Amino acid sequence: MTFAEIQEQAGKEWDELINGQKPQIAIGTATCGRSAGAMAVVKAFEDGLAEKKVDASIREVGCIGPCYAEPLVNIDKPGKPTICFKNVNPDMVTEIIDAYLLGDDPLPQYTLGTLGQGEIKGVTKILDTPSFKPQERRVFRNCGIIDPTNINHYIANQGYEGLHKALTTMTQQEVVDVMKASGLRGRGGGGFPAGRKWEAGLAAKGTPKYVVCNADEGDPGAFMDRAVIEGDPHSVLEGMAIAGYTIGAETGYIYVRAEYPLAIRRLERAIAQAHEKGFLGKNILGTDFNFEIKIFPGAGAFVCGESTALTLSIEGKRGMPRVAPRPRTTEIGLYDKPTLLNNVKTFSSSPMIITKGAEWFASVGTEKSTGTAIFALTGKVNNCGLIEVPMGITLREIIYDIGGGISDGGTFKAVQTGGPSGGCLPASLLDTPIDYDSLDEAGSIMGSGGMVVMDEKTCMVDVARYFLDFTVIESCGQCVPCRLGTKELLEVLKEICAGKGRKEDLDLLYELSLAIHAGSICGLGQTAANPVLTTLRYFKEEYEAHIFEKRCPAKVCKSLISFVIREDKCVGCGICARSCPVSAISGEKKKVHVIDQSVCVQCGVCQEKCPTKFSAVDCVSPRIKTSTPEKMETT
Amino acid sequence: MEDRLSEILSPYKGKRDALIPILQKVQAELGYLPDEAMLEIARVTGLPESRVFAVASFYAQFRFTPRGKHSFMVCRGTACHVRGAEKILEETERALGIVEGETTEDQEYTLETVACIGCCALAPCVMIDEDVEAKLTPKMVSEIIDRRKAK
Repeated sequence: MTFAEIQEQAGKEWDELINGQKPQIAIGTATCGRSAGAMAVVKAFEDGLAEKKVDASIREVGCIGPCYAEPLVNIDKPGKPTICFKNVNPDMVTEIIDAYLLGDDPLPQYTLGTLGQGEIKGVTKILDTPSFKPQERRVFRNCGIIDPTNINHYIANQGYEGLHKALTTMTQQEVVDVMKASGLRGRGGGGFPAGRKWEAGLAAKGTPKYVVCNADEGDPGAFMDRAVIEGDPHSVLEGMAIAGYTIGAETGYIYVRAEYPLAIRRLERAIAQAHEKGFLGKNILGTDFNFEIKIFPGAGAFVCGESTALTLSIEGKRGMPRVAPRPRTTEIGLYDKPTLLNNVKTFSSSPMIITKGAEWFASVGTEKSTGTAIFALTGKVNNCGLIEVPMGITLREIIYDIGGGISDGGTFKAVQTGGPSGGCLPASLLDTPIDYDSLDEAGSIMGSGGMVVMDEKTCMVDVARYFLDFTVIESCGQCVPCRLGTKELLEVLKEICAGKGRKEDLDLLYELSLAIHAGSICGLGQTAANPVLTTLRYFKEEYEAHIFEKRCPAKVCKSLISFVIREDKCVGCGICARSCPVSAISGEKKKVHVIDQSVCVQCGVCQEKCPTKFSAVDCVSPRIKTSTPEKMETT
Repeated sequence: MEDRLSEILSPYKGKRDALIPILQKVQAELGYLPDEAMLEIARVTGLPESRVFAVASFYAQFRFTPRGKHSFMVCRGTACHVRGAEKILEETERALGIVEGETTEDQEYTLETVACIGCCALAPCVMIDEDVEAKLTPKMVSEIIDRRKAK
């Protein structure tokens, strides 16, 4: 079949689905959706439709974005805009079938809103809400819309057009030129211009050459690569094939975390389908270009996100970054051969750049950071989820408009960007426009796009400790500043959290951080101290409270807090005493209970179990001395 | 075990760069990497034993001791951390009666932590085998464990 015939066939299938007379039900069943119970919703729809003899199609789609509203179900009835139902459970499915599929009641109370042309009374238009208005879905163009296990859905939505165009109408250099003109910067976090990397890959001498996709998404707090693979796997394959053609490679590897089983299954299926249609394999689209893609499941090492470590890992070795002066991977990479290594989103972006052009891509974003950025907005924010926004948007817009503000009535304290290599930014920087360079200036990094919002209940010293804990475990151990320096940083932070901090620790933390930055051989070590440096820079008073007042303002550090039962609120129900794991609580029935501070381990179970109507357990800091009576003013 | 091992290893004779997939396959089959299997992998691939151990011990995925029937992984990602992962871990340890890294006496569960499973918007969460339980409170953890025990 020619490409035009493949497209026609796929277009027909898609058109029948989208414009047919049957209602369609699209259910988000990526990992997030599944975790929220989407598979039970799928089953409920299947059973419900069969039982009530409703003729409708069900398709499973990838991540729709607003994870806080999962499981999400989009229903299309002919002639109506799509209604997006949120937080759907099997009981609601029965109601939705009766009310909307059999009747015409859109159940506004269950909806997130509508998508597409037309209006439904009582239901908001999603794209007009502050949460969606600033967003522009480009990398996520197909996620949540197409069935990722059906290649025809991808093809019908301009899929493989970029590959076809590149192979049949463009020279390798022309592809490089378009990539360069687009201004696309590596979406793995480093921000190196993708076009220049592709150019270096093309220029590199030596064969065979390789294309490697870095899907070893290891930053805690980031999951967009998984969402792209689960929701639109062909976009990654197509991007890799275009890259293969451009640099002259015939083999590609996708290095994907073993913790992403669904993503791996989706890739396997997508690769098989691409072979069937002739987008992978020999003589692709009738040209003399051959390209194969292999999946390499990573074995759990954060440092393998570093390019030289990643390629060594594929070779079956310990993933330890090569020592400086490191050759560029484009010259000496996998099996010491020229290797083009990009992130999932970089590859996924390239087909649309080829199809729609460099100007189109650069039409949003800032001058030096073109296009859109994807963030995993999580933590203490109302609307958690994956968002795609033009570069240059401010943190405030992201957190307050898109994110809907701080959850549980909390107050914003900090936002952490860039994972363990990034930093914590305070309220005074909320109006910073986000791009690679401005985040760098603020002491953080774009990184892979994790964005964790923290409120007054988050202790910044504890957050620094948390990240160092991570880095110490993940350091490959090869160079001393990283192996021992991070360990030393962690010990100092632990002492501060334990109330044993000393005055000189602040200087020590700073000096150590600079030394680790200067002396480590790879990015992991060089950025390992960023969480410490940024918290010291913006939240020094919290360190000082821990060290000088033995007080944890957020009431997180266990050694600095006590739990007390308030006499005026306790009714003596005894729930706390029964749930205390160390039997530290005593009291007679219907009398005020007391916590023995010398026994208490500050687990907080009593506070959690105390019925909200009483809320009789308070947490205080600094700690109550064990010799004093339990009565104390609460803060 | 020997039969299963030689069956897994048969396509890999002399394939030194396939070490990681080999280790993954052997562990998937046997549940962990016993010493005998490690030595056999070295023999079949032609790699020095030291290299096989060096690689296996580098990656978090590989284990050298038998594990429970089910894996219980508590996520300690950043979003989970700020939403109380520490308390989820403590409650899990209490409910299962083991600490992180251990296996229950009845060989049912091995409790581990993971840096991030990428369900950050639904934090805090745990992954039991391949199923993710999301938006947890310590109370829900004990309920999940009780429910599974009752099955």
